Amino acid sequence: MEPARPTETEAEITVKDLTMAYGSYVLMRDLSFSIRRASIFIIMGGSGSGKSTLLRHMIGLKEPAKGDILYGNESFTQADPADRERMLRRVGILFQSGALFSSLTLAENVGLALEEFTELRPAEIREVASLKLSLVGLKGFEDFYPAQISGGMQKRAGLARAMALDPAILYFDEPSAGLDPISSRRLDELILELRESLGTTIVVVTHELASIFTIGDDCVFLDPETRTMIATGNPRELRDHSDDPKVRTFLRRGDDGQASNEQERERG
Amino acid sequence: MKLERLPQGALRVRLAGAWGLASGLPSFDPIRRELASEPPPGRVTFDVGELKEWDSGVLSFLVRIEDLCSERGVATDRDSLPDGLRRLIALAEAVPETKDAKQEEKRPSFLERIGLGAQGVGSGAVEMVHFLGEAAGSFARLLRGRARFRGVDLFLLIQDAGAQALPIVSLISFLVGLILAFVGAVQLEQFGAQIYVANLVGIAMAREMGAMMAAIIMAGRTGAAYAAQIGTMRVNQEIDALVTMGLPPIDFLVLPRMLALCLMMPLLAVFADFVGMIGGGVVGVSMLDLPPIVYYQQSASAVDLVDFATGIFKASIFGVLIAFSGCLRGMQCGNNASAVGDAATSAVVTGIVMIIVTDAMLTVLFNIFGI
Repeated sequence: MEPARPTETEAEITVKDLTMAYGSYVLMRDLSFSIRRASIFIIMGGSGSGKSTLLRHMIGLKEPAKGDILYGNESFTQADPADRERMLRRVGILFQSGALFSSLTLAENVGLALEEFTELRPAEIREVASLKLSLVGLKGFEDFYPAQISGGMQKRAGLARAMALDPAILYFDEPSAGLDPISSRRLDELILELRESLGTTIVVVTHELASIFTIGDDCVFLDPETRTMIATGNPRELRDHSDDPKVRTFLRRGDDGQASNEQERERG
Repeated sequence: MKLERLPQGALRVRLAGAWGLASGLPSFDPIRRELASEPPPGRVTFDVGELKEWDSGVLSFLVRIEDLCSERGVATDRDSLPDGLRRLIALAEAVPETKDAKQEEKRPSFLERIGLGAQGVGSGAVEMVHFLGEAAGSFARLLRGRARFRGVDLFLLIQDAGAQALPIVSLISFLVGLILAFVGAVQLEQFGAQIYVANLVGIAMAREMGAMMAAIIMAGRTGAAYAAQIGTMRVNQEIDALVTMGLPPIDFLVLPRMLALCLMMPLLAVFADFVGMIGGGVVGVSMLDLPPIVYYQQSASAVDLVDFATGIFKASIFGVLIAFSGCLRGMQCGNNASAVGDAATSAVVTGIVMIIVTDAMLTVLFNIFGI
């Protein structure tokens, strides 16, 4: 049976006037944007602009200094721990390093959430875990420990774990960091596939331009100098039509405007 | 390197031979002196006709000359430099120095350091109480059957903190019993009361040393391991993953560790008591010529159940303290590799301090209540 495709205009996640701070040091302020259901949303910006910190705020690992984060129409920031847990049950996260539990095998890693939050029997848990691993191309590695596989495989296993409970929202923290171009591209294809087949809302923190243009429906651009967001919208349109030279420069890999493009052509 | 004054008042720097980082750089003083002399040179030119080899040693030397010249407003003539060097100098100068990037090393004054230290102690105490509260909450959830952890984890932890700790606990407590007996024997022999060595060793092991030595071994062995395990999980974002999966690390990681040590420590302590008495017996039999059966009977009559009970009670408290300090330091761990080492060290120190302080308090309390 096809999963019901939700209406795509609805906001799945809304960030409202968010200010992020470490103590008295304000990292970013006045962040406001919303993420449409079943879209792929990119959080981008240069190194140190607070992309990953923004993600940590959205999943409750850091508390906002000001502002609110809403899932649907429900405030996440003001929710009590039990409600937060309920909201996070719909969320899967792929951490930067994969963050697999090193004392568990891959199947146990993927199965952990199933074991704790479903009524499945052990044999069924293993089957589901095995299926999720096969989705990321790791069939046959069920009984390997994280230390026995490569970094790229760990990342894919982390994704399988994030998908264990069929989350409605998937977060990716720098998915292509440390991956070779082919694995990185496969991951992009997988992200697109997840959105197409399951209607998952996907939020990706990245500065990998190729990925941004391949998968991004919408994006937000964080600027460390002004300490706020300076652009939102479709990344391809921003590249071609943004008013802000910083955004254009970033999305064109350092080349701003036509003149330098021509120079590049002459040189090449 | 040679310096020459040209007739028009220019300074020519002649670089010759092989220049490299490995062979060291010449002193900078002659150039400084020339630049400071009267009248100052109008410009600085370079002659590199005889320069055979160069690497970034030459580059850093030239950049320093440039810096010095621009300070004094003296022009430099780079045209005579090789093409590669000129481009590298241009690259080094392309982005001007970021003024506020250099972190100011401000050494706090003595008073400031005392204040910072006191604040650290204060916030450390607050964190500790906070963690204690969380642990208590987790225990309450356990009693209501709502704590989430894997039974197999608890089993493995119990195995590690129990059976696998036996060899080292045996060795240490045997030797402690032996030492106690030696010290006692020398004193008691003077009064012809050698037989009371059995009382001394028996009571000391059962009431104090069994629990204490087992606790200190476990603090070094298991407490440090807990801090390192949990600290590594923090560095690897595994703790974040648990939190977002709705598995509170306090239930999932801390609670089973506390349970394991709290359950195993009394057993280890009783085991240590008996092994220590055997150690004492070895001294009694071999040095004091007491027949084994006499030593045994004397021990049996000297030590009663209350003595064992106080030791067992202490041991389970120590177990909680060791697990508490290990897990606390692990959860507080920073996010790099050296922080994990610090966490493990700190767990042992905290654990042992807590054990000794608690032991002193309990001993005084038992004394007051006449137990």
